[in-house]
Amino acid sequence: MKLKKKIPLIDQHDRYGFWGGKFGGSYIPETLKKPVEDLTREFSKLRNNKKFLKKRDYYFKNYIGSPTSFVKLENLSNHLGGAQIWAKVVSEANGGAHKIYNATVHALICKAMGKKYIVGDTGAGYAGKMLSMAAKKFGLKCKIFMGAKDIKRQKPNCDAMRKNGAEIVPVYSGSQTLVDAVSECMRYWVSNCDTTHMCVGSTVGPNIFVKICGWSTAQISRELKIQIKQEFKKIPKKIKLINCVGGGSSAYGFWSEFIDFNKSQIELIGVEAGGPKKSKLHAAPLSRNAKIGILHGAASYVCQNNEGQINDTESISAGLDYPGVSPIHCFLKDTKRARYTYATDEEALKAHVMVTKFEKLNPSLEPSHAFAEAIKIAPQLSKDTIIIVNSCGDAKKDRDILRERLGKNK
Amino acid sequence: MNSLISKTFLTVKKENRPVLLTYTVAGDNTKKKSLEILKSISNYADICELGFPHNTPIADGGQIQTSAYRAIKNGIKINDVFSIAKNFKKIKKNKPIILMGYFNMIYQYNENKFLEKCKKSKVDGLIVVDLPYPENKNFASKCKKKGINFIQLVSPTTSKIRLKKIIKDSHDMIYYISMLSTTGGKLKVSPKKILEKYNKIKKQNKSKNVVIGFGITEKTIQSLKKADGLVVGSAICKEISRSIEKRQNAVTNVTNIVKRLKNKIQ
Ligand SMILES: Cc1ncc(COP(=O)(O)O)c(C=O)c1O
Repeated sequence: MKLKKKIPLIDQHDRYGFWGGKFGGSYIPETLKKPVEDLTREFSKLRNNKKFLKKRDYYFKNYIGSPTSFVKLENLSNHLGGAQIWAKVVSEANGGAHKIYNATVHALICKAMGKKYIVGDTGAGYAGKMLSMAAKKFGLKCKIFMGAKDIKRQKPNCDAMRKNGAEIVPVYSGSQTLVDAVSECMRYWVSNCDTTHMCVGSTVGPNIFVKICGWSTAQISRELKIQIKQEFKKIPKKIKLINCVGGGSSAYGFWSEFIDFNKSQIELIGVEAGGPKKSKLHAAPLSRNAKIGILHGAASYVCQNNEGQINDTESISAGLDYPGVSPIHCFLKDTKRARYTYATDEEALKAHVMVTKFEKLNPSLEPSHAFAEAIKIAPQLSKDTIIIVNSCGDAKKDRDILRERLGKNK
Repeated sequence: MNSLISKTFLTVKKENRPVLLTYTVAGDNTKKKSLEILKSISNYADICELGFPHNTPIADGGQIQTSAYRAIKNGIKINDVFSIAKNFKKIKKNKPIILMGYFNMIYQYNENKFLEKCKKSKVDGLIVVDLPYPENKNFASKCKKKGINFIQLVSPTTSKIRLKKIIKDSHDMIYYISMLSTTGGKLKVSPKKILEKYNKIKKQNKSKNVVIGFGITEKTIQSLKKADGLVVGSAICKEISRSIEKRQNAVTNVTNIVKRLKNKIQ
């Protein structure tokens, strides 16, 4: 299994859609074959269409607000000693998280395909909020599938969705979280694929959805590469790019421009959700060595039992609370290009507290997992090591959880 | 293939009616009960489909999901599914049984081991919901080598070229999904339209047995009786749920439904 250079990772799959011969693919019911093929054809046309690219760039700049800033976390670095800690503040993007890139691109594709309805899944509520924003902007009718547990714990994002005119469909099956929302959304698409476009909220699902999402979030690393060069004159010798991984869309977007670099120069570190410290449940298929399985139309490492039933997961962060992970991250793991680890709920909370204490930054619980790893490793590293954390979400949505877990001094 | 499945179609054709296929979930609501149901309904059904339940079924509607979750909660394991099939075949050796489910279960069990076990349990056919053509080519040919029918699915969205290829690659039976829907949806397309598409499939190769499924209930079954076969699943699973809720005998109630379904297509 080997990575190729100079070809975007999203395109390094075989003709059946597998990365490294075994991750990804399109395990879909027959009914979805045609809509998936139509979408695949349309996307490959659009991504080579100059007019479409111009449109994308226009909305990325004027609607999403590119570039998001790249800042040094001076106080946090001084406090910890060791490496310099920087952040790419992707939460500045319109709506407050990286999910806006994928949502905007899907809305543009939906328009191009002449469909008027768009549906999507959401866990933290960001993917749903952003899709509702994009739908409103481009005049599409929008339905969002969301686990009942997540609707309760991510209320601010639900309020936003409703305000944008989207319908939230609560999902009561299974653990009532993201995994169930994605299943229900796919079922809805099976029944309505003739009129409706589906957006998958991360780099998961059948091959084409991995590609579209990765192609969209790649904007983050295009910006970052320019910003690094501006800041340091050239690419520094020791960089660590740390990103939380749920499905893996933010991590792929943060890394895509840097995958061709040597890992001794640019290390890629993905941080999954380890769940509560004392719990057996987690959402960390990569770092806790889950077996390969098929979930939501693709083969990837999946938290599951011996029989192939998908496990319940548990995480304080709704966005990372998912038993599967992107096939492209499985590929990066097996080729050893990226390293994956996890942070527990408690570590993420602590990291959130520390970052907000020292910096004018308010990372949501998902990127707080990435900060936990940065905080852990920074003190042992040299001063010329540049740690960059993707602060990919804003903690406004976590208001209720933070209040409950941290008390009123927060 | 001179399979039990094709023999069944031949025999039933002589009676001038479609083959009646039922779908129940193995282990719903217990291992014992699901075997009893299977034995009893097979007095009226011609072919029995037995689902091996998965907890993330992306193409099933509410009723079958409920049955699947219930069976899993009551501890059903793949090996139990095989033993239900085997015990069923011991007393109904001429009744074809088709296992149906999602690919991850087969993948975790190991493809070859799974097929070996199917053979030992006298399983006649397999339907894998999320393993479409052409990805299923390899697996389908492994099935064939073991004398197990791999049943290809065709849907209203299947293109003409694709249809040709699928039919060419199919074994004794093809499953036509009546409409864009998960299982258990309301029949939202007219029977006439469904039969039009069905005829197009038949025209490609008359010798293939094509069955129609999804949305078939006591209300709708009669209107589709021109087909080679008709599958009823959710209506049965729903009756099991209802019987449990009402503390009634699920075996009797479900058998009565299947009896009535059969009467409607005589
Ligand atoms: C802020 C934020 N970060 C991360 C994630 C995890 O998703 P992914 O790994 O696709 O970036 C989510 C998902 O909802 C999110 O809202």
